[in-house]
Amino acid sequence: MPFMPVKFNLQKRVKLAQGLWMIYWLSVIVGILIFSLGIFFKIELRKRSEMMDNNESHLVPNLLILVGLLACGVSAFGGKVCHDSLDPVKFAKWKPMLKPYLLLCCGFNALMLLTVLLCFLMQFAVYLTLAEGLKNSIKFYKDTDTPGRCFMKRTLDMTQIEFRCCGNNNFRDWFEVQWISNRYLDMSNDLVKDRVLSNVEGKYLMDSVPFSCCNPGSPRPCIQHHLTNNSAHYDYDHRIEELNIWTRGCREALFSYFSNMMNSIGMLIIATIILESADMAGLKYLTTALETMEDPENPECESEGWLLEKSVKETFSEMLAKMKTLGASNQVEGGDAAEAAT
Amino acid sequence: MAVFRLTFTKTKRDKLAQVLWILNWISVVTGIILFSLGLFLKVEINKRGELMAERNIQYVPNMLIAVGLIACAINFLGGKICYDCVDTTKFLRWKLIMLPYILCTFFFTFCVLVGALMCYSMHGELEESLNLGLTEAIRFYKDTDTPGRCFLKQTVDMLQIQFKCCGNNGYKDWFQIQWISNRYLDMSQKEVVDRLRSNVQGKYLMDGVPFSCCNINSPRPCIQQQITNNSAHFHYEHQTEELNLWMKGCRQALLEYYTHILQSIGLSVLIAWLFELSVLTGVRYLQTSLENGLRQGDLNSESDGWLLEQSFMETARVNLNIIKSLGKCNQIDTANNGDPNINIPCTSKANYGPDNVPPKEIPEAS
Repeated sequence: MPFMPVKFNLQKRVKLAQGLWMIYWLSVIVGILIFSLGIFFKIELRKRSEMMDNNESHLVPNLLILVGLLACGVSAFGGKVCHDSLDPVKFAKWKPMLKPYLLLCCGFNALMLLTVLLCFLMQFAVYLTLAEGLKNSIKFYKDTDTPGRCFMKRTLDMTQIEFRCCGNNNFRDWFEVQWISNRYLDMSNDLVKDRVLSNVEGKYLMDSVPFSCCNPGSPRPCIQHHLTNNSAHYDYDHRIEELNIWTRGCREALFSYFSNMMNSIGMLIIATIILESADMAGLKYLTTALETMEDPENPECESEGWLLEKSVKETFSEMLAKMKTLGASNQVEGGDAAEAAT
Repeated sequence: MAVFRLTFTKTKRDKLAQVLWILNWISVVTGIILFSLGLFLKVEINKRGELMAERNIQYVPNMLIAVGLIACAINFLGGKICYDCVDTTKFLRWKLIMLPYILCTFFFTFCVLVGALMCYSMHGELEESLNLGLTEAIRFYKDTDTPGRCFLKQTVDMLQIQFKCCGNNGYKDWFQIQWISNRYLDMSQKEVVDRLRSNVQGKYLMDGVPFSCCNINSPRPCIQQQITNNSAHFHYEHQTEELNLWMKGCRQALLEYYTHILQSIGLSVLIAWLFELSVLTGVRYLQTSLENGLRQGDLNSESDGWLLEQSFMETARVNLNIIKSLGKCNQIDTANNGDPNINIPCTSKANYGPDNVPPKEIPEAS
């Protein structure tokens, strides 16, 4: 008893072949889209790798690039088979390759499922990497003369301006690090000396932030220094002031950006899985319909197409039995060889 | 003596018609591209409308949009005509329209050329407009409580950050105006009052710039206040310091940006113009060779095609005569006792159109 059989006459077969051919080409375009999204994601990670301590994992974009290329290849092959399917001579060429091709498609769908899971789960890794990376970036902001960290200041300034954020969790992170290099501090000045001596680690700490934290939408010129000192500025209350500097932290801003990207890509891959499954089902129907034609010379005859030759349970038990015999045959051969050796 | 005469066999004509059909469709795409370039330019100019004074610069994108739309329409019609020219019966439908169509397209290509040249001539007007607009914008930077100017501060800040520039000509423009509103100045402090009184107009001037002028490439934290005072900062010399603030003026930065866009658009329009001209030439050859074939009576035989039937000077002379005679026809001849009903032939040498075949004499009804 075949699983989900459908009757086909010539017209239906032709329609199925044409429709399937178009869907396969749509899958090729989707494959190209996934490939380019993978590349885009990789470039974005590279651009912000300084914020993540150069520690970020490129597993997801690499997997996306692979999936995109495979989707293109698999779908193009499927399209070619569909195109040739209505010509019996050409189709006979492709017949022996169909079973391995369908198994390959199954494997490919499993790979895409894995990619979707990774897209959604790797967001945690990105979050942790960002938290660690931003902390270090803020620490090394002042080291513009250290090789390997010369451009940390510029990258962090650009990130804060572009993503409209300040600091790691919020702007107070800048109060805990020395972000002005000692090269620009006048050590002969008493004020400077007092401040440096006022904490255990000898750091020049102050309640100020860099200019890149400033909000251009503020109606008043930016207040960067003495942020917590209300009397230092006219008509200023730091507890209620919200427009002066960006209040969001850069970790949250960057994470929401990457998270949106990964969620969208995950959705696209789920859609691709559904598309590819539809492709596989259509191809299975088409090939079985062509194979069960009673009179191969007469294209007008009716035929039946199905998804599985026997019911689902029977197919599974057959597969298991086959795998067992494969294992058993290996053992038997070993026994024979041992006998022959003696 | 025809100008650039060429001989066309039937197959050559058919091939020409097909090639022209494809070229006309490519021209439709070119027209769409011109339209979208005009739209893009309009959007870019309007985005920074706050920073530009009122000047006549909208005519360039409007012209491009109009030219793009007309190009689409003309080439669409041309494609239809060329498609039908392969078939004799269908060609007869278009026969009368073809010459006016070619004349229209010829004048239209002039418009395209004018559009291209306008792109390059906009430079002067744009600079004037930006100069005035930026001066005003910097003056009203502090007026974030005045309706209509609330967002000027944000616009100027975003402009300086995005285009990496400071002030109109340079950062010193900020020293000449008061860019901190009086709302945020403590009038009870002696320092503030002194500074206000130190100049004639009572403005709070200082050698400081807004934060958006800060250069992100600077290795040291940004120095925004007391820029010209070397002793106010450790190890600082404002005469040699180049990385602290953006050195370029915003007028120059914006001008460079728009000039770049205009040059690209101008180049695209010139290429479109050359393309249109070549399509027009092809259509003219097709038209003349088909008409000559008709005149010979057999459209399947060879026929000649040309650009102009007589030499350039003769054609010009003939056309001028036509225009003059049109004028004469309108004047009533008062020699015949003012009777307008007497039939007087217009000229002895009439031109009867491209065929130049005089009509048959209609016999007088008895």
